[in-house]
Amino acid sequence: MSDLICKNLCMTFSNAQTGVKVEALKDINFTLKKGELLSVLGPSGCGKTTLLNMIAGFLNPTSGSMTLNSTKIDGPSVERGMVFQQGALFEWLTVSKNVDFGLRMKKTSQGESDSLVEKWLEIVGLQGFGNTPTYQLSGGMQQRVALARCLVNDPDVILMDEPLGALDALTREKMQSLILELWKETGKTILIITHSVEEALLLGERLFVMAPRPGRIHKEYKLPFAEQGLQTPLRDIKQSPQFSEVREEILSMIWDMEEEIMGGA
Amino acid sequence: MLDWLSQERAFIASVIIVILLITLLWSILVGLRQATYRAKDQVFGDPERTLGGWYWTLSGVSAILLLWFYFSWGVGRAFFPEAGNEMCQVAKVETAIAPIKAALPIDSRYFKSTELIVRNTEQLDVLESNFPEGVFSETEKEELLNIIVSSRKIIGIFSDQDNQSLESKLAIRDISQDLDELTDKLSKDYTKFNPSSEGLLQPNWGTTRIELPLLPITPKGVLFDDISKHAEVLSQKFLKLRNNSAAANSIIEATKQQIKRLKLSNEAADRSDEVLKERKHYIKAVERIFRRLDDGTIFPPQALDELNDSIKDFLRAIEGAKGNLRLVQAFFIPGAGVVKSKTQCTEQGSGRWLPKPTDVVAKFLLLANPNLENGGGYKGTTLFWWDWIEIADLVSFLIPDFLIDLLPGDYGVHSEQGLFVPNYKDKLQAFAQGDVYLGVIPMLDGHIWDSLFRVLVALALGIFLGVPLGIYMGISRFFKSFFDPIIELYRPVPPLAWAPLILTIFGIQDDGKIFLLFMVAFAIMVISARTGASGTQLSKIRASHSLGASNRQILRYVILPNALPEILTGIRIAIGVCWGTLVAAEMLAGTTGIGFIENVARTVSDYELIWVTILIMGLLGLAFDLLMRLIISRTIPWRGKG
Repeated sequence: MSDLICKNLCMTFSNAQTGVKVEALKDINFTLKKGELLSVLGPSGCGKTTLLNMIAGFLNPTSGSMTLNSTKIDGPSVERGMVFQQGALFEWLTVSKNVDFGLRMKKTSQGESDSLVEKWLEIVGLQGFGNTPTYQLSGGMQQRVALARCLVNDPDVILMDEPLGALDALTREKMQSLILELWKETGKTILIITHSVEEALLLGERLFVMAPRPGRIHKEYKLPFAEQGLQTPLRDIKQSPQFSEVREEILSMIWDMEEEIMGGA
Repeated sequence: MLDWLSQERAFIASVIIVILLITLLWSILVGLRQATYRAKDQVFGDPERTLGGWYWTLSGVSAILLLWFYFSWGVGRAFFPEAGNEMCQVAKVETAIAPIKAALPIDSRYFKSTELIVRNTEQLDVLESNFPEGVFSETEKEELLNIIVSSRKIIGIFSDQDNQSLESKLAIRDISQDLDELTDKLSKDYTKFNPSSEGLLQPNWGTTRIELPLLPITPKGVLFDDISKHAEVLSQKFLKLRNNSAAANSIIEATKQQIKRLKLSNEAADRSDEVLKERKHYIKAVERIFRRLDDGTIFPPQALDELNDSIKDFLRAIEGAKGNLRLVQAFFIPGAGVVKSKTQCTEQGSGRWLPKPTDVVAKFLLLANPNLENGGGYKGTTLFWWDWIEIADLVSFLIPDFLIDLLPGDYGVHSEQGLFVPNYKDKLQAFAQGDVYLGVIPMLDGHIWDSLFRVLVALALGIFLGVPLGIYMGISRFFKSFFDPIIELYRPVPPLAWAPLILTIFGIQDDGKIFLLFMVAFAIMVISARTGASGTQLSKIRASHSLGASNRQILRYVILPNALPEILTGIRIAIGVCWGTLVAAEMLAGTTGIGFIENVARTVSDYELIWVTILIMGLLGLAFDLLMRLIISRTIPWRGKG
């Protein structure tokens, strides 16, 4: 049972000064099987990042339970790797030292970790950049380092918090292909939070559209595009009528939610 | 070699000045040429425009050095090495006739007699109107008021030309005529005069502690020296001159008797202390004014006219005889000129408080000479050298006595035979107190090293204690809240305000100063480490948690490197502040260190030494800062790029 299971997850934030309580998440239920690719989409304030932080172990749910491989999630752990929007790289370390970080913390032997780092740098397309300081890399390359740093630890689940949000369109497309390739090659369970509808469609076998106030899963889709993306260029998929149809549906759904928030405010 | 350099410093200065002038003009030319074609590459306001520009650095440095040479009279001494001595001879003449000038409206607006009359008349009026009631009897009051009236009368008599004695009239005329003779002498040819061999053997201008030797070394100087001797005789005569008058003498005599009687009556009667005090006070005031008037220093209005004219002619003649010395003074010797004292002539104005660059270097070399027996160093300590120190001293510094007290057992007691055999504890205590010979090791020594040592030890303590505390304050609610008030309360107090207290508690030697500097460094290091630690991005912390790092590993491998830029900047600031505080603390108390030298130099008005210490401090401070900048750019190239 190497699944990620969330049952009746609730998260309520209360403001210490005013005492006002906000229901960030209410009754989240889902099961993510090993090797599934899930993207989560929603208007801002729907609690998608809160959900991710809870699964990562940075936040404790107010009620409900989360289990991974039948063990309760309690605090951050190596089995749930994180990739952040800005990379969160250690700028005082070189590329290979960044990738090596998790292995060093585990006190892996030098020879073993060297070959692992070498392997992953090659997979993410950064061979030869090992000794470069990270602050000299472009945004896309920094995200590649972040991916390699996460994957070298061999996590069960990879959590990505808007990983491509800060990249330009072209780099973004390349990185989307890379993520799909990694998903296929490693067979990891991947959960991606994103703002972009297109990205959510491309990088999700399953897609949750979340709604705000209280944060909940509004609708779930099962999509073929990620599988297609492994064979066909992503640009061609985006132009298919099937893709456009789903995209328009989700866009109008989110549009309505935003309207509702603005009207209510 | 060094002696020759020291003797010929005027010549060396002239070479340097010429080089500086050429450098200045050349670098300005280069700068202007560069500016014309660079202006096209970069628009106004482009920060790139500040890059480069070594030629302007060069012109700035040479300009400041030239200004230094100029205002310190370095230029004057370099190109006119005899001007100082000649000015000294002129100063002698001016000093010699100063008493005569003081009586005349030359450097002041009024005759001295006029000033005396105005001031004393005013005071007499005040005394008269403030007569104390109920202290004197009616007759006494009459007598006192009578003395005041007599005082006014004396002024009147002395001011009347008819009352002036023939004797004093003739004496004034004598002095005037003698002065006229000196005036004639000044306008005659002096080139035949020869300076004495003794004068020529004197040290050069500024090469010894005697700034400008007294004896003349040029024919012109001999002339002024000679004139000054005659002028001095005239001044003595003038000082003895009194406006004696028969009419005044009788009044003076009578008044003196009156004052005497009044004073006697004070003692006779039985009066309260308060009344007695008031009586004495008033009689004394009346007598004081009378005494100022009775000595015949007031002359009639026209009596000194002739002397006044003679002096004016004489002064004009001095200016004339100075000749080209006047030009040299106007262009190359800015400031107040030379003043003659008993043993030497001294420079005044900027020449006094701004020593010449060459003299400062010479003073520095003298100080830097490690040979203490040969006049090197300062107050028995070298400037920066090394010395053998006993290892035992080091051991006693590192091992506190009380550690031995804590060991089991007792110290030895003398036996009944009166013998004392030390046991193991006695021996260890002797070791801890440095009473055993363990050999010697070489160690840096000297004033500069003492100052450096204090700063470095305090800084090291501040870093090793301040950084961990600061980092914990950056990440822990308990540490932040518990230690914040303590540090924020003592930190804003200027370090020097702590100095009197700290030096009293820990002593004026190294301990006190190191603790004071430690307080300074500690606060700065805590605050910078705290800022650095609390500035760690949350995503980095979270990422390292997800990568399996333990809390300790996160502290060591994420938070510490993240705080490193702030910590290094903190060290840079701490060094600067410590250095400033140290020098001031050394001025307060102590027997070694750069600040100590400057403080002693201040008490003896040794301006060269003051400037040497200022330059040493400035250059060392600059060196620290450059070193820290280098370290920062080498160790944290990622700064600001995260």
